[in-house]
Amino acid sequence: MADEALFLLLHNEMVSGVYKSAEQGEVENGRCITKLENMGFRVGQGLIERFTKDTARFKDELDIMKFICKDFWTTVFKKQIDNLRTNHQGIYVLQDNKFRLLTQMSAGKQYLEHASKYLAFTCGLIRGGLSNLGIKSIVTAEVSSMPACKLNSHFLNV
Amino acid sequence: SSELFTLTYGALVTQLCKDYENDEDVNKQLDKILFSPFLPRGYNIGVRLIEDFLARSNVGRCHDFRETADVIAKVAFKMYLGITPSITNWSPAGDEFSLILENNPLVDFVELPDNHSSLIYSNLLCGVLRGALEMVQMAVEAKFVQDTLKGDGVTEIRMRFIRRIEDNLPAGEE
Repeated sequence: MADEALFLLLHNEMVSGVYKSAEQGEVENGRCITKLENMGFRVGQGLIERFTKDTARFKDELDIMKFICKDFWTTVFKKQIDNLRTNHQGIYVLQDNKFRLLTQMSAGKQYLEHASKYLAFTCGLIRGGLSNLGIKSIVTAEVSSMPACKLNSHFLNV
Repeated sequence: SSELFTLTYGALVTQLCKDYENDEDVNKQLDKILFSPFLPRGYNIGVRLIEDFLARSNVGRCHDFRETADVIAKVAFKMYLGITPSITNWSPAGDEFSLILENNPLVDFVELPDNHSSLIYSNLLCGVLRGALEMVQMAVEAKFVQDTLKGDGVTEIRMRFIRRIEDNLPAGEE
């Protein structure tokens, strides 16, 4: 019930907070993305536990990714992933054409250099969710034109 | 979903506890002390949240602190956290009141470990209230006086009206 606006504001505040404390020299710059990703990881782990309490076992990895693209994404971002592609060998590319955390930022190339900061948390979210479903992965993001983004998950136990 | 917000807030507090060794600094991070070198997290959120609130709630200008209290408890808390705290303990001068939250959604799934007993976990709320009210020209103080995380029966936030903030017109304009 906590309004979506609250989460958006909290997320943006977390991003700017982490970077401000980096400016004050307490933390090196590269660590900021890691911090945000780690926070997303914890949240992803917790969320996936709660969401999958009552669902049936997943048949295979593709099933898991479909769950992430549909149910998980809908609960978190109020929409589904627009496109899922895979090479059937452990690499999945999720495409969201109107990523909720970027829609307020720009519609195109402006501020592109800052987009990765706003995607770190979400990469962690996916990685954490997958981790609690037994999959070790690396999740990265690519943004070429806001608010669309591509999230690449690379499964490691395959 | 409220769980997303609750879990994200938990991750934020955990990260802050790692970054700042003592709970006092974390409490400050979550709220804001004027002129503190620390970052005003809750305050920054409040300053933006008020715009969203005013745009969506169609609430007119409040004429006094009592009206403000009502709007905060019945409209704002309901809209953003899905709960309606009760308003009690008005001071005789009408400048202080308490918000009583039977349950605090921020602390679902949370327990405070012993080594963090002075952490005011939900301190973000105080910053948000302060930041939001400052944008509508009210300087207030908000603080937790009871906390279910610390074993109290309810969570109580004490709000105190400090003064109305007058807009400063540039010199020469009247």
